[in-house]
Amino acid sequence: MSLTELALGDRPTSMTETSSQEIPLRVSSAKTRKKNLRSAAEIAVRAKKVETRNIDFFYGSNQALHGISLDIHEHCVTALIGPSGCGKSTFLRCLNRMNDMIDETVVRGDILLDGVDIYQRGTDVVELRKRVGMVFQKSNPFPKSIFENVAYGPRVAGVRKRGVLDEIVEKSLRQAALWDEVSHRLNDSALNLSGGQQQRLCIARALATGPDVLLMDEPASALDPKSTAAVEDLIFELKDTYTIVIVTHNMQQAARVSDQTAFFYEGRLIEVGATNELFTRPKEKQTEDYITGRFG
Amino acid sequence: MRLSEHTQGRPYAKHASRIFTLLCGGATWLCVFILLLLLWNVFSFGWNSLSWDFINSYPSRFAEKAGIKSALVGSLYLIALTALFSVPIGVGTAIYLEEYAPASRWRTLVQINIANLAGVPSIVYGILGLGLFVRAMQLNRSLIAGALTLTLVVLPIVILAAQESLRAVPGSIRQASYALGATRWQTVWQQLLPAALPGIMTGVILALSRALGEAAPLVAIGAATYVRFLPENIFKDEFSALPLQIFNWTDQPQKGFHEVAAAGIVVLLAVLIGMNAMAVILRYRFSKNKRW
Repeated sequence: MSLTELALGDRPTSMTETSSQEIPLRVSSAKTRKKNLRSAAEIAVRAKKVETRNIDFFYGSNQALHGISLDIHEHCVTALIGPSGCGKSTFLRCLNRMNDMIDETVVRGDILLDGVDIYQRGTDVVELRKRVGMVFQKSNPFPKSIFENVAYGPRVAGVRKRGVLDEIVEKSLRQAALWDEVSHRLNDSALNLSGGQQQRLCIARALATGPDVLLMDEPASALDPKSTAAVEDLIFELKDTYTIVIVTHNMQQAARVSDQTAFFYEGRLIEVGATNELFTRPKEKQTEDYITGRFG
Repeated sequence: MRLSEHTQGRPYAKHASRIFTLLCGGATWLCVFILLLLLWNVFSFGWNSLSWDFINSYPSRFAEKAGIKSALVGSLYLIALTALFSVPIGVGTAIYLEEYAPASRWRTLVQINIANLAGVPSIVYGILGLGLFVRAMQLNRSLIAGALTLTLVVLPIVILAAQESLRAVPGSIRQASYALGATRWQTVWQQLLPAALPGIMTGVILALSRALGEAAPLVAIGAATYVRFLPENIFKDEFSALPLQIFNWTDQPQKGFHEVAAAGIVVLLAVLIGMNAMAVILRYRFSKNKRW
């Protein structure tokens, strides 16, 4: 038994077996995490869930993205890192066409979801967004009950039966590791939850529509370390079911949770690779400067 | 080095601050004083004439017998009908401009015009109402014609208030709804309108309070001031309204009518206060669970 293991001896390694009453955070040990991170070879064998080809993006006359080509593989976590204003959030919002809501924006290039171009004419944006869920930087629960927040997606999709809704809500809340904390007060206002709980509620809400892909725009940047750990563990567990793309400012976070990392700088994709490799042996000088904290 | 060594240049800053506070406080109290003076004047003048008989009688040639029944009922009808017309049109316009219309010159043009219309004197709407509703549409001097004219007066206010309330709903709520695969229609009905409702209702009630006090446009369409019956057919019957009746009474030479007019003002104020209280209560009730 190593010294570290001795020191961490009585720390629960997984909350699934023990009571999850008081600690929302499921501490996965560094070991399980390492094991779970996928290598370049492991990523490559997985199907391409989203492929982007030469994406240019314009806000009016201002070009925010320059020829981004990036493959996002199934059941992997892809982290997008880079300094503020580098276009990583813009890129993320292209993937479920949330940029459509901003006036005077233009997208060029192809974005394929399961091989189908999501920007082609006749694409049902509403359907697309059910398949590509999104979690925002700032938790944004609706001013409604916890239940209604999670049930909103299925409801707008046309689910009416109470029994089905109950089932979806419970499943989603369980997946978001929030069920044990809120199961006894589903009718309370979601706004009474703590910041970390609200963010996990937003994740549960996004899961309730049954998406394939989950986009997360700095999901933990407004949270305290404990809630951040909870969200990170969540991402870790969700990737077996979903394909996750996460934008983060926090490089440790990218290193902790992602299998693949893409480094953006000034609207360009500088480098993309398996997280282990990109952080230990970056190919580009700019990537190295950024991850070692020399700028950004 | 201490900052205080360099501050000799501003020995009056403290006094200036105190004087400014006094001036602002004085301005506030001046408003309250004028309001109280006005209320006292009206109440002391009209108190004697105020009775159930006054509220429940029709106008008369004799000040002692004159009552406000037809004007009060006319006003209530007018407000209800005006609300019926102005709320759907106004809120619909606001939703279209805020949520549907793409940014364009056309939208800017419409927006500027609505803001300008809110500042147009009500007599102008009265003349429009006379030409359009009374004459062209042959509605004559009916309640419908009056309510439609008042709708013109309050519509810009309702639109602006509803737009303001919709704009106050945080963008994050819209984004969350769209990101969950909601259509625009679902987002508007299930998120935006419920969230904006307290603001919209407050705006509507304040706009209707203004309609309640308007005399000029009703004078312009030729609404009556001597009506000894309650309206039965809103498309045909003549009607009167509180401000019109009051205006008519103040115009009479006999002093008795001036007292009756003061009593009428008390009734008008009571209805106004009632409406404003309703706005406050509704706002409170609906906004209890809303914060972002």
